[in-house]
Amino acid sequence: MTIDRKTAPEFRTFDNINLIHPAHQKLDSGCNVFCFNSGDQELVRIEWIFENQRFDKNKPLLNVAVNTMLTEGTGTLTAAQIADKVDFYGAFLQVDYGYDQSQVTLYSLNKHLQHTLPVIKDILTDSIFPEKELETFIRNQQQKLQVSLQKNDFVARRAFNKALYGDSLYGLAADADSYKTLHRDDMLLHFKQMYQPSNCTIVIAGKIEPQILELITNTFNKDWVNPAEQPDISQPELRASAEHFYFIEKPEALQSAIRMGLPAINRNHPDFAALQVLNTVLGGYFGSRLMANIREDKGYTYGIGSGMSSLKYGGALFIATEVGADVCKAAVGEIEKELNLLQTELIPEDELSLVRNFLLGSLLGSLENVFSHADKFKNLYFAGLDYSYYDRYVETVKTVSAERLQELAKQYLNFNQFYKVIVGKY
Amino acid sequence: MVKFNRFTLDNGLRVLVHEDNTTPIAVLNILYDVGARDEDADQTGFAHLFEHLMFGGSVNIPSYDEPLQRVGGENNAFTSNDITNYYITLPAVNLETAFWLESDRMLSLAFSEKSLEVQRNVVIEEFKQRYLNQPYGDVWLKLRPMVYKKHPYQWATIGKEIKHIEDAKIEDVKAFFKKHYNPQNAIMVVGGDVKTEAIKQLSEKWFGPIPAGEKYHRNLPQEPEQHDERRSTVTAKVPLNDVYIAFQMGARLDESYYAAELISDILSRGNSSRLYRNLVKEKPLFSEVHAYMTGSLDKGMFVFEGKPLENVSIETAEAAIWEELERIKTELIPADELTKVKNKIESTMIFSEMALLDKAMNLASFELLGDADLLNHETEKYLAVTTEEIKTLSNQFFRRDNSSTLIYLAEKA
Repeated sequence: MTIDRKTAPEFRTFDNINLIHPAHQKLDSGCNVFCFNSGDQELVRIEWIFENQRFDKNKPLLNVAVNTMLTEGTGTLTAAQIADKVDFYGAFLQVDYGYDQSQVTLYSLNKHLQHTLPVIKDILTDSIFPEKELETFIRNQQQKLQVSLQKNDFVARRAFNKALYGDSLYGLAADADSYKTLHRDDMLLHFKQMYQPSNCTIVIAGKIEPQILELITNTFNKDWVNPAEQPDISQPELRASAEHFYFIEKPEALQSAIRMGLPAINRNHPDFAALQVLNTVLGGYFGSRLMANIREDKGYTYGIGSGMSSLKYGGALFIATEVGADVCKAAVGEIEKELNLLQTELIPEDELSLVRNFLLGSLLGSLENVFSHADKFKNLYFAGLDYSYYDRYVETVKTVSAERLQELAKQYLNFNQFYKVIVGKY
Repeated sequence: MVKFNRFTLDNGLRVLVHEDNTTPIAVLNILYDVGARDEDADQTGFAHLFEHLMFGGSVNIPSYDEPLQRVGGENNAFTSNDITNYYITLPAVNLETAFWLESDRMLSLAFSEKSLEVQRNVVIEEFKQRYLNQPYGDVWLKLRPMVYKKHPYQWATIGKEIKHIEDAKIEDVKAFFKKHYNPQNAIMVVGGDVKTEAIKQLSEKWFGPIPAGEKYHRNLPQEPEQHDERRSTVTAKVPLNDVYIAFQMGARLDESYYAAELISDILSRGNSSRLYRNLVKEKPLFSEVHAYMTGSLDKGMFVFEGKPLENVSIETAEAAIWEELERIKTELIPADELTKVKNKIESTMIFSEMALLDKAMNLASFELLGDADLLNHETEKYLAVTTEEIKTLSNQFFRRDNSSTLIYLAEKA
């Protein structure tokens, strides 16, 4: 049998995706619990998610330090004892600070949950940030920062965020001295205000049998008490800088990091999905125009991409790459060309249909397991959206016209309005 | 437990199928049994450069990525010192597109000069981005030749130097393809929302007609046992001093592999591990310190890496690491501590079953080791390790005359 290797096999597009919706309950403590019960493995991932408190530019690292040091000691457990317990039961305990929320995550086998949950309870109710551990934290973070500051892409990202977001959690660019503003008393107060049940959302994903759920809700219900004061989760207004161009010279750089873009819309805006399609055409996948031109045609870089961030109080569209120092100017020129092209010429239907299919496939491909379903939910929940968002998203990806994308390009992809950061040589 | 079915085509292609209907997607993973260790010493970095060229169009299909993206798929690949691995994730209903693309590039590449020229530049930029333009980025370029004097593990996958990549010719590319890229040297794993019968038919249809090619017989110089203490110091524009101590260890299939991994977990996994507890927290001598092993198919490396605090001398830092090594060599570890790292292994194994692509890659790797079903017996091998074995093996590994120490000194401004 001879087969036709020149012609692509038939393929299908699809109309909808099936997302698992969570079961919800509100505990007496005021904490909302969302459960995604699916999967064969006897395990769960539990996240305790807290809205960040208002940023104070005089104490810029407070949120980061309080979150990172949650594992460093409680009234009854030392940092070493916390680590011993978590590790002994084969669990994984993570703390993560984000731009809008900060969280504690526990990955645990169900059979060990009765031993691991009390540790989390202790952390969330009785962290004490011991002075000695704080010293260690500050010393090590200062050292790590020194290394990061030698990396051009790191420096570029900080400078870009600072330009777009100013003095806010989003624009945070700590230096060694910032760590001197950290004091244990402030941390204790911040902890008490922020890490309280009425400010907490619990998201559970995995095989959640009734007794597992009961174990979790009992642990975080009646005796987890809210303090009298509610946390202040408002944030200062974002102010972008007047200066749009930043060149940080590194005379010996072999490559320059380029980061450019502008404040844009977030997920709540009706144009967000359409702009995601445009972003994908520009730099959101391997076959994107930036990759095709600047990597695959010119060979200036190992990688270039564009992306969109969606935050509670804003969003951004940005392009990032590291290019050979000698071709930095040429690369910037090519980026400008690609932006202009999207404003002046309609995206050909062939390319657009490819991107439509790619995005729908990616959405499907992102549903690997029950954790992914929980992640999809979090995107919606913390933006105040419901599941109809994904219906609208799919509809937009399938139908947005080339004309509409050109209008968006004129609105959002003006090279002259971009903030531009270059670290290295230019 | 990762279940699978297995069959072999007449041309020697081994195919494994993992049915997982909890997801609407499918993955197709192809492992080629070729890595940087199979390169000539004067043509290093070639396996990895070749991986890039696999995306430059095949004999019947001018673009690899475009048709895959059109059906909603994504792909990537990586090269190690041992293997080259290509993978695709796509909606399961469109799986045939993956068969079409992968079989055509196993049949033959387009061997385009333009693609070679561009990918040479891309890889050179990758060389700069990951190895030269990063603080400490070139450490593996320096450490490998200290540990390996005979075996080709003495170079990194990116290659010894940029010149080797610049010099690559299209004839070399063709010869490399002929030697390594054929059904006999490949293992394919298909996983996700698929049925084994359908995969058999698709495999026969798309891969069946590919000629078997020549079997590559690997005959690499093996690294002799080390009996001399090796040491080197470099000064560079980095912010902090950095200490690396590498020891030779066994190959992946050695019985000692499981105890070795537990040793590295005892020393360095998680915040309860010895190095973190004693050298970062209790004494404080380091801002960070880690132990890990390369897990390579031939004789591997067991590596310690630590950045001392600014007021701590290199001598003190090194001595502190050796003190921990002496402890694990002379004192039996407490039973609880061994149970702890075993529990972690067990839960890691169960959590890894949540990730479809990981499962597919693991099946391919273990099939290369001899039998994919080994994957399902890993945990029991770890559980069988005793405290005595940990001590015995530590004594074998952590000898001065089995060590290669690389000191990275921060240049004072």
